[in-house]
Amino acid sequence: MKAVVTVMPKPAILDPAGVAAGRAMEHLGLKGVRSVRIGKSIEIEVDGADEKQLHEIAHDLLSNPVVEDYKLEILS
Amino acid sequence: MAPIMKVAVIQFPGSNCDTDCQAALLSFPGVEAEIVWHKETSLAGYDAVVLPGGFSYGDYLRCGSIARFSPIMGAVRAAADAGVLVLGICNGFQILCEAGLLPGTLLRNNGLLFRCEHLHLRVENTDTPFTSVLHKGQVLDIPIAHGEGNYFADPETLAQIEANGQVLVRYCDASGNVTPEANPNGSLGNIAGICSHGRNVFGLMPHPERVCDPLLGGSEGRGIFQSMIEAVAQAKAK
Repeated sequence: MKAVVTVMPKPAILDPAGVAAGRAMEHLGLKGVRSVRIGKSIEIEVDGADEKQLHEIAHDLLSNPVVEDYKLEILS
Repeated sequence: MAPIMKVAVIQFPGSNCDTDCQAALLSFPGVEAEIVWHKETSLAGYDAVVLPGGFSYGDYLRCGSIARFSPIMGAVRAAADAGVLVLGICNGFQILCEAGLLPGTLLRNNGLLFRCEHLHLRVENTDTPFTSVLHKGQVLDIPIAHGEGNYFADPETLAQIEANGQVLVRYCDASGNVTPEANPNGSLGNIAGICSHGRNVFGLMPHPERVCDPLLGGSEGRGIFQSMIEAVAQAKAK
């Protein structure tokens, strides 16, 4: 099984690294930057796991529910 | 003679303040302090547990997120539930938050910089086993050294910990004023350290173990350890 877990800061959380990257984009001439958010993408290849287990791993280990949301995609 | 307080200092792969914590504890008469490897599963016989600073598991994924699943953490949780004193310093604070033993979490510093400097803390609540020998409003000079110390909790949780007196220390200026300028990392409410609802788990980002000897920069961290010793001694006398 192949899966991708995308972890992003919750909308209410300030992402200072995203803000800094957004400023750099403006500095490079990109106009109208409204928001930049930086998260993580975690690719998993695993034998014999089910989707429920992967959700548990994504919730308990790969993300911190206090400040982050995750999305699990099963690729194959 | 049995020690007044026997402390386990947990060593994770990547801990680097473990021996400093042990040395600070051993400077108090009647205290025994042993390094306990994270793969151990029992903390029987210890009166207190310290989760030291460092970069457990290289801070991979999130600070403390992998250490919270170390074998010893089951025993740390059981000890906390049983009322044993648990102190988390810096990375130890991050681990306690990841483990859910303390509310909230520590985000990247708002200025994105690793901050390593002496600063001031104001003592907010002395009715705890970690602050009993201090005075409310007392200003302590204690160093920080972290890149992820920006305390965050959702508004409801924050209101609860404030109302319950769980905020034990806040970043302040030399006169004890809690100001935005005195906040090194963006922490909500200038929070530098909080305790659990039951008062026996305390996490803070500053390093009291680094100021336990006047030859090494000061002794203003001693009050926290002295308070723990007195709490343990009182509990044993009962």
